[in-house]
Amino acid sequence: MEAIGVLMACPIMPYLEEELDRRFKLFRFWNFPHKKEFLKEHAHSIRAVVGNAFAGADASLIDALPSLEIVASFSVGLDKVDLVKCKEKGIRVTNTPDVLTEDVADLTIGLILATLRRICESDRYVRSGLWKMGDFKLTTKFSGKTVGIIGLGRIGLAIAKRAEAFGCPISYYSRTKKTDSTYKYFPNVIELASNCNILVVACPLTEETRHIINQQVIDAVGPKGILINIGRGPHVDEPGLVSALLEGRLGGAGLDVFEHEPEVPEQLFGLDNVVLTPHIGSGTVETRTAMADLVLGNLEAHFSNKPLLTPVV
Amino acid sequence: MENQNPVPKVIPKVLVLRPPPVFRFFEPRYLDKFQFLKAWESPIPTEEFLETHAASVAAMLTSGFNRITADILRRLPSLRLIVTTSAGLDHIDLPECRRRGIAVASAGSIFSEDVADAAVGLLLDVLRRVTTADRYVRAGLWPLNGDYPLGTKLGGKRVGIIGLGNIGLEVAKRLEAFGCSISYTSRTKKASVSFPFYQTAIELAANCDILVICCMLTDQTRHMVNKEVLKALGKEGVVINIARGGVIDEKELVRCLVEGEIAGAGLDAYEREPEVPKELFTLDNVVLSPHCAVFTDEWLRNLCELLAANFEAFFSNKPLISPVAI
Repeated sequence: MEAIGVLMACPIMPYLEEELDRRFKLFRFWNFPHKKEFLKEHAHSIRAVVGNAFAGADASLIDALPSLEIVASFSVGLDKVDLVKCKEKGIRVTNTPDVLTEDVADLTIGLILATLRRICESDRYVRSGLWKMGDFKLTTKFSGKTVGIIGLGRIGLAIAKRAEAFGCPISYYSRTKKTDSTYKYFPNVIELASNCNILVVACPLTEETRHIINQQVIDAVGPKGILINIGRGPHVDEPGLVSALLEGRLGGAGLDVFEHEPEVPEQLFGLDNVVLTPHIGSGTVETRTAMADLVLGNLEAHFSNKPLLTPVV
Repeated sequence: MENQNPVPKVIPKVLVLRPPPVFRFFEPRYLDKFQFLKAWESPIPTEEFLETHAASVAAMLTSGFNRITADILRRLPSLRLIVTTSAGLDHIDLPECRRRGIAVASAGSIFSEDVADAAVGLLLDVLRRVTTADRYVRAGLWPLNGDYPLGTKLGGKRVGIIGLGNIGLEVAKRLEAFGCSISYTSRTKKASVSFPFYQTAIELAANCDILVICCMLTDQTRHMVNKEVLKALGKEGVVINIARGGVIDEKELVRCLVEGEIAGAGLDAYEREPEVPKELFTLDNVVLSPHCAVFTDEWLRNLCELLAANFEAFFSNKPLISPVAI
């Protein structure tokens, strides 16, 4: 398979890069400053694209790769892949579901606890010597608080299972009500936000869910509630979120994703009621390795004419 | 003939040597119920104050930070009740209380959930590097240096709980939902749980990846987590302490962390609070919190109610709400 051209859309992980290099003819897109020239010369040999949450295969890239057969994404979210175009052209698309579900759900709870219990702030308090002057402040209890989840897919359900162990009542919003769920369903996000203490974004990013967290939803969560985003940055009206936090209209936020990663609004840096993590939802050695193995497995399967492991298209 | 004038109610006295953190919320709420004798406000030395003003006092309110020694108890001949705002009892001379027939009431299990939440929060923070990643973002390093180094998965890890009381059980319940397997060591095996039991901390440490300390500080548990236990835990091991600093040999813990003999720690308690070993400040694999696992607004509300309820029960000759068996 060494002759098969694979285009890596952006740097992802050394292990994945090394394996792709070993098994295929790897093109590292970021190493070519003149993309047009690069594509002119090599496009015909590229039969696969490997992308992730930052860069995938949009319409223009797909059009520029006439030999493209498969897009294997190192992520479960596929908002960076033009799925409609892939379907039209018969291009297969795979992602990395299931292997990252637990880690993302774990980080969600980690963000909730860090935000409500001010863990990062209290660590700063100790390291700066402030504890010698006096006790740390009172924080907000997590156990027993109502958790509202937007999107009750694999990740949403895993979050719910963990929150339940803290005695948290669970409610959710989803495109369709889940008939087999005992959690409380709300038919729209505003009602969900008005009736929970902790609002969690856990749905895919699509045209419909872009800015699903808008000003009204933020106001509905309110000064006693917090927002947790482990979905995609564009789920949230980011400038609106920043104003709400600065003005105290929202109680706090735990954010793992942002609209223009790796840029994070600097106004958030001075706030104690936010926790900011650099898109580490699936960021453990174990999970990233499993994700890489899935990407490699899907590519091997495709080029051996075997059934794909985790196809979406 | 019935007495038309109501007998003025005598407001019972409660002695407070030094104000517990909760006192500034408790006092205003219960001013009409209790008369607080505030030893720290007096210019005269405490011993003299007690002899002069506290001879007839039957009840005392204390925090976990005041040492209630036999010496102090000797100056309180009428004392029949100590209510402490802590769950821990290592600050009270319990044998002396037993000898004198002084009852002790603690804050019991009202904050088990808050403390368990803090334990899980610290553990997730250490494994997934939440605080250090937050520092990284705030320092503007994400655009400059790229992705943050990977953390470690919690699911599937073996968690060893030292002390399976109320708090230990709440920690176990939470971590099971994350796919962790639980085992424990305790003074005695608990017949009501099915988690594997180990007689000693060393055996527990040898068979788990994460140690969560949830036990009381006693003569038996002082420095229980020592060099041998940390060695048994190993280079991938993580220690979480939401109990008392004295359970761990702090010097040894610091050495292990600095030299990479264990993988990380989440600490809410230290041997000489608020002193925290400076070597820890340069480490990225340690999360430090200032003994605040308990301090939530719900805890405060519940605690005030519990303290008042214990005093009211005592002064009405009713059973205490949260007595401790001493």
